[in-house]
Amino acid sequence: MPQKATSQKNKQVSPKVASQSIKTAPPKAVKPAVKKKDDENATDMGDVADEWMQGKTLLKPPDQLQLSEAELKEELTRVLTANNPHAPQNIVRYSFKERCYKPISNVDQLAIHFSLDGNMLHKDSDEARRQKARMSIAEEYVADSIAVDGSEDGRKENLGPDEEKGESEDKGTRGKKEQKLTNQFNFSERASQTHNNPLREKASQTEPPPRANFSAIANQWEIYDYYIVELQKQERTKEKQKAPPVKKEDEKSKKKQSTTESQSDDITKVSSKVVQILERMVNQNRFDDIAQDFKYFEDASDEFREQEGTLLPLWKFQYEKAKKLAVTALCWSQVYKDLFAVGHGSYDFTKQGHGMLLFYSLKNSTYPEFIFKTDSGIMCLDIHVGHPHLVAVGFYDGSVAVYNMKEMGTQPIHKSTAMTGKHTDPVWQVKWQKDDMDNHPNFFSVSSDGRVTSWTLVKNELMYMDVIKLSVDGVALEGQGDDQLPTMACGTSFDFHKQIDYLYIVGTAEGKIHKCSKAYSSQFLETYNAHNMAVDAVRWNHFHPKVFISCSADWTVKIWDQTINTPMFTFDLNAPVGDVAWAPYSSTVFAAVTTDGKVHVFDLNVNKYKAICEQLVVAKKKNKLTHVEFNPVHPIIIVGDDRGYVTCLKVSPNLRKMPKEKKGQDVPKGPEVEVAKMEKILSLLREPTSAVKK
Amino acid sequence: MSEIEETLKRIQSHKGVVGTIVVNAQGIPIRTTLDNSTTLQYTALLRQITILARGTVRDIDPQNDLTFLRMRSKKHEVMVGVDKDFLFVVVQAPSE
Repeated sequence: MPQKATSQKNKQVSPKVASQSIKTAPPKAVKPAVKKKDDENATDMGDVADEWMQGKTLLKPPDQLQLSEAELKEELTRVLTANNPHAPQNIVRYSFKERCYKPISNVDQLAIHFSLDGNMLHKDSDEARRQKARMSIAEEYVADSIAVDGSEDGRKENLGPDEEKGESEDKGTRGKKEQKLTNQFNFSERASQTHNNPLREKASQTEPPPRANFSAIANQWEIYDYYIVELQKQERTKEKQKAPPVKKEDEKSKKKQSTTESQSDDITKVSSKVVQILERMVNQNRFDDIAQDFKYFEDASDEFREQEGTLLPLWKFQYEKAKKLAVTALCWSQVYKDLFAVGHGSYDFTKQGHGMLLFYSLKNSTYPEFIFKTDSGIMCLDIHVGHPHLVAVGFYDGSVAVYNMKEMGTQPIHKSTAMTGKHTDPVWQVKWQKDDMDNHPNFFSVSSDGRVTSWTLVKNELMYMDVIKLSVDGVALEGQGDDQLPTMACGTSFDFHKQIDYLYIVGTAEGKIHKCSKAYSSQFLETYNAHNMAVDAVRWNHFHPKVFISCSADWTVKIWDQTINTPMFTFDLNAPVGDVAWAPYSSTVFAAVTTDGKVHVFDLNVNKYKAICEQLVVAKKKNKLTHVEFNPVHPIIIVGDDRGYVTCLKVSPNLRKMPKEKKGQDVPKGPEVEVAKMEKILSLLREPTSAVKK
Repeated sequence: MSEIEETLKRIQSHKGVVGTIVVNAQGIPIRTTLDNSTTLQYTALLRQITILARGTVRDIDPQNDLTFLRMRSKKHEVMVGVDKDFLFVVVQAPSE
């Protein structure tokens, strides 16, 4: 209400003022509306305001302009313009041109009410760019300084002002680096480039030194090898110093040869030993069971058969080129216990061809170690005891030859010819003797031409000497008068006494055995009428000095005491006996081979009448056994036949019985025992009045 | 033909022999009766073991040297004969 009151007041006052105001300005258009309202209000409030209005009287300020009513109704126009009321309207400037003051038509009407300088820069302006640069450097420096600060905590205080200085300096230098401060007025940048020398590259590469990869292992034996080579070199230099220059050339040529050999892949120059060993290994594998039997097999059944023994067949040796030839000679080497020689030839008078000399080793049963081919059939051979490389061979054509095993040649080193005392008939036996006084090897030979000849190897020559001429003694030819031509007997075998050097026995084709001495060349010491047919073999006993054995084609084997004219034992074997041999381990054991393919082994200690072993050795009965030999150490025998085969058999334990040891006595061994054994047997025979024979 | 070649021939024709190889000093098989791959395999492996065996023997006594090496397995027996420059290899199946 009070508001309204005021408005009422105003209404009263205002009609006066309002009249003025309406006249003064149109912007005061609001006033008439107000006035109307007032009027309305007045009517409304007439009742209320009357009291107020009666209360107030019109107040006039003292200094109000007293105007007349006419003047009060006068309309005054007021114009609103954009002119600055304070701007001078009559600015005059001196114009030098007209030399007078002239009023300026355009007067600046701008009236600045308020100015405020801002600090914004356009980003492309110089100042802005400079600022930017400064800002970026500052950031880096801040980062570095933070890092530096982090690591050097203790020295912060001291370095604080220094750092700041440094910072500022750095900033300054960096700023300089960033932008080249150029003289703004007369700076001109000019650059010139000198003439560059043309570049030329010149390289040269040398040939690299020849390279070779070398690797070696230093073992003890490698070192040893080098030392040995070094030693040899030293020796060679010593030799060179001593030897004349001619030798030097030889050595050089030898060296050349050796170098070429080492580079070549030719295996022919390699020593054959390795391959030989390989072959033996292969054979061993193949005949493994035989090798095992040879070494270890002992016939167990011998324990049950007291009086009998067996022969176990082991290897069979054959050479294809010798298949048609008969085995005419067998000989074990005394030094190499597994090596034996086989002579091939023919007993057939009509079929005479070439012969072969083969050496086999037990270690290789498929191929001979040494092969020699001869023109004439071999009839006999012997290997020297002391020089096992010397082999004496007797041929069917009557010549003898000596082979040297060490030399690789196929020809004998010596051969007798018609000029040098060759026999005119086949040579049936050869035997080496002890070296004579000049240490020359010599051997004897016996032949059908009735001569026993001694051959000596003297300085690469074979010299012969007739030892004795066999003649048929005391044969009175009927119907012949005084001209009795001494007919020559044919010697077919001989053997030298083991202990007594000069004593030997000769068997003849007439069946007689002559005991001879080297000292007497015309007479026999003794003659035994042994057989009805030719004596095929005579052998002295290995142990007993008086006993020898003989065999013949008249089916008999006879044992003799050299003092007695009649045989001690006679055995009939039902077939022509080819060969007989004493066992080297016993004085009472011997073996005989017959043409029906059987081997008979006798042990006089066990059975004086019968063989304790009678065994068919070769498969076909058509094979005739020709020779037999005992091995000096192993319990084996080799048997040759007329088909060219050589069979090796193992002697069972019963056949090699040793005398049983008596209780409380040492085991008797040695030849004395054997001799005693034989003697005992013989003594039983000598005295016909002796007691029971068993 | 040389003795060695004859002997090798005989060995090869022996019953049970599977094959023979002759290896030279550089380890290259110069003669063989087996097929190529088998030969190479045997050569390489046997050469190694031979060198090893040889080293063993000689380390113990430098004056000693290996003569041959024999390896028996279930199926075969391998025999290696050692010469100064060469190796001779024989592979044989057992006679059973």
